[in-house]
Amino acid sequence: MTQTDPAETFRLEAQDVLEQLEQVLLDLGDRLDDMALVDSAFRALHTVKGSGAMFGFTEVANFVHEFETAFDRVRKGDAAPSAELVRVALDAKDHICRLIAEPNTHAEAGAAILDRLRATVGTGGQAGAQPQAADADTPAGAADNGDPSNGWRIRFRLPEDALSLGANPVLLLDELRALGDCTVHASAEKLPGLEQLDPEICYLSWEVTLRSDCARGAIEEVFLFVRDGMQLDIDPMPAADAESQIPERAEPSEATEPPAKRSDKQSAPARENSSLRVAAERLDELLDRVGELVIAQARLSQIADESSNPNLMAVTEEIERLSAGLRDTTMGIRMVPIGTLFSRFRRLVHDLSAELGKDVEFVTSGEQTELDKTVIEQLADPMVHVIRNAIDHGLEGPDARAAAGKPRQGTVRLSAAHEGAEVAITVSDDGAGLDSDRIRQKAVESGLISPDATLPEGELHRLIFHPGFSTAQQVSAISGRGVGMDVVGRTMDALRGRIDVASQRGQGSTVTLRLPLTLAIIDGMLVRVGSNRYAIPLSAVEECVELPAEVAEGSHSRNFLSIRDKLVPFLRLRELFRTQDPEGLHQKVVIVSTGEQRVGLVVDQILGNTQTVIKSLSRLHADVETFAGATIMGDGTVALILDVAHLVRSGERFEARLRDEQKGQAA
Amino acid sequence: MSKKVLAIDDSHSVRQMISMTLGSAGFTVEEACDGADGYAKATAGNYNAIITDLNMPNMNGLDFIKKFRAHPSSRGVPIIFLSTESDEASKREAKSAGAIGWIVKPFDQDQLLAAIKKVAGA
Amino acid sequence: MTEHAKDIDAAPDGEAMRALTLDLGGEIFAIEATSVREILDMVPVTEVPNAPAFVGGLINVRGRVVPLADLRVKFGMERRPPAAETRIVVFEIMLEDEPEIVGMLADRVHTVADIALSAMEAAPKVGMRWRPEFVRGIAKHDGKFIILPEMGNIFKNDAGALASPEAEGRT
Repeated sequence: MTQTDPAETFRLEAQDVLEQLEQVLLDLGDRLDDMALVDSAFRALHTVKGSGAMFGFTEVANFVHEFETAFDRVRKGDAAPSAELVRVALDAKDHICRLIAEPNTHAEAGAAILDRLRATVGTGGQAGAQPQAADADTPAGAADNGDPSNGWRIRFRLPEDALSLGANPVLLLDELRALGDCTVHASAEKLPGLEQLDPEICYLSWEVTLRSDCARGAIEEVFLFVRDGMQLDIDPMPAADAESQIPERAEPSEATEPPAKRSDKQSAPARENSSLRVAAERLDELLDRVGELVIAQARLSQIADESSNPNLMAVTEEIERLSAGLRDTTMGIRMVPIGTLFSRFRRLVHDLSAELGKDVEFVTSGEQTELDKTVIEQLADPMVHVIRNAIDHGLEGPDARAAAGKPRQGTVRLSAAHEGAEVAITVSDDGAGLDSDRIRQKAVESGLISPDATLPEGELHRLIFHPGFSTAQQVSAISGRGVGMDVVGRTMDALRGRIDVASQRGQGSTVTLRLPLTLAIIDGMLVRVGSNRYAIPLSAVEECVELPAEVAEGSHSRNFLSIRDKLVPFLRLRELFRTQDPEGLHQKVVIVSTGEQRVGLVVDQILGNTQTVIKSLSRLHADVETFAGATIMGDGTVALILDVAHLVRSGERFEARLRDEQKGQAA
Repeated sequence: MSKKVLAIDDSHSVRQMISMTLGSAGFTVEEACDGADGYAKATAGNYNAIITDLNMPNMNGLDFIKKFRAHPSSRGVPIIFLSTESDEASKREAKSAGAIGWIVKPFDQDQLLAAIKKVAGA
Repeated sequence: MTEHAKDIDAAPDGEAMRALTLDLGGEIFAIEATSVREILDMVPVTEVPNAPAFVGGLINVRGRVVPLADLRVKFGMERRPPAAETRIVVFEIMLEDEPEIVGMLADRVHTVADIALSAMEAAPKVGMRWRPEFVRGIAKHDGKFIILPEMGNIFKNDAGALASPEAEGRT
């Protein structure tokens, strides 16, 4: 068995339980009369308290005990659930999280929360009983001891149903023997005739002479579990001839064997319905191995194709099928419903709406949409910013809304859905919408665009994700100024995702984050530039066209292609990569896009499609921006994967510069 | 052959502690995450003892004890329940439902081992 | 006395470093044997456009993409194409307190030898062809001088210079 640190298990588990508790409390906030929710909250607290105390989190256990005591009043109907109770309980929940993360540093804060909690449920200042460390049922022991110097005489008879409840007289006698030398005598006087004998009933009684000066309590302890309903007499032995009191009898062991034998049962395999907790690193490791398998398999296929050995080809196809299946299964393990992420935002919305005095209805959908676990984790922060922004800047205050003829309560919708090989996560609000003029003004002020630049509206709106950009009229404590939204942009880049913004004045805005389903394996288009091969994520490829001869031969400054009457800027990868090798005869242009932005990439040759396992580049290459990673090809060599988002931005910059130059010339 | 114990608790960490403690003392421990899971396993497996929490979602410990005791395979299987507080009422209830003993949470490894040895032997 | 020399003096007499010795650009280098993962024959190297010449390539080491470093760039040595004896030494370095696997070219790999630390001298601050921070010390072994490179500085310095590949020319 792997020895894991139980305290760590407790932390993880407490985290889960507390997250559930938060959801339950938020639900309770919506449905104050739902007592089932109070029960759930109580149970969650109970679990944290029990295991907390057991794993040395005494501070947590004590705090939760008080919390639980307060909730117990609600559960028993002595106090009514209220919005204030939910608020305090949420704070208390946060406090427990802090206590678990950093023990012994937050005592005063806890006391204040408990005071509020007690005030809410009307128990004033008095604390409930501390959790008891000792079993109250354990016999007090020393109370009436008698004189044990000569040993004890013990007579006992078990309740009739004791055997079927699992009591075992042999074990009881063994325990007595552990206390000292024993003489055991079993009495079968109550044993009925065979025809009346019920094998599950215990008819015997025992008399034991125990030569030990142990305390009476130690003997009572032996019978602790069976004491109810049993006959038990414990007397100190008289001083004289302790031995002669009970004549020795024959070995009683046979008689003490419990007559009830458990019936033979089919030992059917236990039904496994529990899930397994696996360290994320192990999953990563598994995925790495699968990645290597996919590479090795591609190599095998290549060799098999060249061999024209039908047996080898058959086996290779089989392995191809198996490794594809294994890959899909492995990817599946990493997929987690996005609902786990969504639920965290309910709390955020709850707190924000209180803080900003805005009444917000938070509607979520598509919780079942699955996404790679790593992606989900990295999405948490950016999503917080988008949602904050929607509530803080998007939604108007209740009065402003009423004045605009809208319901006083604003709505923020969060949804997720699969769109092809991507997942689209949408945050929309029915607020005031983005102020295009103001965004333009800010962008010009901060030098992001030139004053006379003409930008499509979507592109203009996307500037809010640019580092250092903020349109907040007043700096609020929540969104701050200029921080936050650029985090969204950066994270989406890192996740190979993209952002779309749609907004209508007075109607609201919608921010859509589009992400690839998985980070680890992508379909790629393999191209050649010079003597090197590169992979382009296929999901970003729109089309491939011939590089028109007049462009290929013509001036290198004219870097636009007309594709169906639209001008698309293009980048010559040969120039970008400074390759000295001779040009391909028929250069191709691969048109890639991120959302609405398109750019052409001129390559020497298109080699075909390939499935690539993405390997990140080492920190030594962290500053080489053109590449999103590398992959290992079927022949074992490494190919770099182009960073499409980065290339598109280079294209945009290039285009803007060119336009400015043209303007300059025209002027 | 080592003795088999079924540990029923909705808390993963408590189950883990039971498994570790009893496992290192030579018991074979199987786990169930609530009363319903516990019932399915208890009636299918041949256990020398069962430890169950009382407060669980999806069939609590008390209901588990009652339901299991109504099943013939429960004959002779000692059930020990865990309770967080020394709540006399629930203790009486659990005992009359057919549990033989109890352990009060928080317990340490020695207390757990002592209780199990009491009902299942070493 | 330099800091390096102090370190070395602190080592008790007779203490030795087990090191892999290799030829590179006409000099003998020694790399601490404990950091070496494996030694490979020459494999195809993928060029990383716009990366500094020092780490201009990538290789596949058992399914792992590993940067290939050429120390000759840092030591201002002539870069010759790989020959029959060329090997890649794969070893582990610490980059920003995290381990990183890197490969380095060697014209020829010799053997693992115990180099007596008492026989090692600090690199002289002046009069040396190489930047002193790249040299941990110079040891004498079997009558030959052996360079013990300061890998931490060699790889660290580069991280800062990455943005300007032209800077490579100075060394």
